[in-house]
Amino acid sequence: MIEVSGITVRFGGVTSLDGMSVTFAAGTCGLIGPNGAGKTTFFNVLSGFVRPASGSVQAFGEDLLSMAHFRRARWGVRRTFQTEQAIENLSVYHNVSMIHEHSKLSGSSRQDDVLGAIGLVGLESVAYAKVRTLGAGQRRLVEVARAIVGKPKLVLLDEPAAGLPEAETAHLGEIIRGIPEHTGAMTILVDHDMSLVSSCCENTAVLDFGKMIASGPTAEVLRNEQVVRAYLGAEDVAA
Amino acid sequence: MSTAQLATEAKPTTPSAPPRVERGFYVRAAIIAVAVVAVIVLLPQILSLYYIDAMTQVAVYSIVALGLGVLVGRVGLISLGQAAVLAIGAWVAARLLFATSLPYEVVLLAAGVITMLLGTLVGLPALRMRGLYLALITLMLAGAITVVLASLNFPNGGHGFSGYNGALLHIPPIRRPGIAQTDPAYFRYSVIAAVIMFLIVLIHVRTKPGRAWAAIRQSEPAALAAGINTTMYKLWAFALASFVTGVAGGVLAGAVRYLYSIDFQTQDSITLLAVVLMGGAYSMWGAIVAGLLYQLLPAILNDLGISPDWLTILFGIGVLQVLTTAPTGIVDQLPKDIAKLIRFISGSSRRSAANQGSAS
Repeated sequence: MIEVSGITVRFGGVTSLDGMSVTFAAGTCGLIGPNGAGKTTFFNVLSGFVRPASGSVQAFGEDLLSMAHFRRARWGVRRTFQTEQAIENLSVYHNVSMIHEHSKLSGSSRQDDVLGAIGLVGLESVAYAKVRTLGAGQRRLVEVARAIVGKPKLVLLDEPAAGLPEAETAHLGEIIRGIPEHTGAMTILVDHDMSLVSSCCENTAVLDFGKMIASGPTAEVLRNEQVVRAYLGAEDVAA
Repeated sequence: MSTAQLATEAKPTTPSAPPRVERGFYVRAAIIAVAVVAVIVLLPQILSLYYIDAMTQVAVYSIVALGLGVLVGRVGLISLGQAAVLAIGAWVAARLLFATSLPYEVVLLAAGVITMLLGTLVGLPALRMRGLYLALITLMLAGAITVVLASLNFPNGGHGFSGYNGALLHIPPIRRPGIAQTDPAYFRYSVIAAVIMFLIVLIHVRTKPGRAWAAIRQSEPAALAAGINTTMYKLWAFALASFVTGVAGGVLAGAVRYLYSIDFQTQDSITLLAVVLMGGAYSMWGAIVAGLLYQLLPAILNDLGISPDWLTILFGIGVLQVLTTAPTGIVDQLPKDIAKLIRFISGSSRRSAANQGSAS
């Protein structure tokens, strides 16, 4: 469980997150909102790239914000990036095993674990190919494999389906739905593909202009009037 | 529980275990070993003394280029201070050679380690800076080191650690290892030193630090998100680059036998970066090409009676060409160009044969 309370992030005069408070329960949760709502900034706070002006994050009883950024990965925070960041010059295997190389997890089952994660995302046929030879969809899966290998506690997926064709999005959805069962990790999914979010996430929270405007069971949240207005624009604004 | 579960449940689709060595590894290693032996045995037989000395310099500057290649090509840190780092290595080695009777190999190791400590200090700003600003800072530091060395009458030839005897006329030559007194023998000695440095860097590049550097170069956020301590690995890169450059300085001291601060100009660092980019910063072979460009090319021009100053212009054009059309450098581009040329020649000869056939 993750309790976020009063997180505020400012970049110069822009307030990207404005006292954001939310609680994510176990399982896979969605985080949606219009462009610029602060979703990626929130992920950057969790992974330590952005230091909030105020607020706190309690993750499984630990104060996440006091941890150095590279230690958070060792502790169990994993993420994928909006613009995919699989390391081109390394093989798929080494991209995934990187997590183990820089953590203090026991070494005996490392190889099996890495191969297991590669198998789970369905990249076994290219396990030893260099990432630069792969297509966009496969590269995203490399990132997902890197996020679920080892013993992740919190997996952050930042628009994993952006730019993917429908068939690959469906495959990705299957993998995301399998994450809690296979790793026991809590997953937060940010995406604009609402069918992916509703098929993967029981609960969903909605950010707009750095504030939480709704949270709860996904189906209800997506019907929420305020949420619809945030996405489509208020009628009076349109008129 | 989760890891075990993950492994067992995914069994049917689990890929096979990674191969121990890459395909063709032994063949390539054997070819390289033969080439190295050929260089060590044959080159001194066929080359004149002038070119043997030039090739010793190539060995030295290949090591320097190798170190710079680690920073630029592997980690993406641009240093314009490598000539100063080389000067530190040469200075430390020269002083140790004058003041002690330690074996040459021990002196080389000490020069490497001391240079590594100093060079890592130069790398400290790199933890906060990248790109242009890091380049500027390292350039300034290099300038400062050059000024200090010049004002200390670097290296002068007196005895003891301080080494200043005031009598510029009677500076004894820097000693060489007992097994490598002559120029051809010293050439062989420096090639072996270079091979060892290349092996040390190769081991780094092919293992955990090399993979961490690859991640840092492409994306620092991704590296951090994978749990990589980017600060430590950047310092590690500076330490490794400084170590090999320090050893190169030690080899250089014995090669030239007399060192002058004027031989280590701040702008040499800029030329070094240029030849490393031209040779190919992403490949270790590029370091050898860089060494050849930096030392053999001027020697050839000198031999032909052409001023090596023309090289500055040539290198300028070369860097421009690399940056615009061939970012991976000569080492990657030349084989492709040759293949293209061969295709073109064989294509045109086939065409002319076909033309003749139709004519007759």
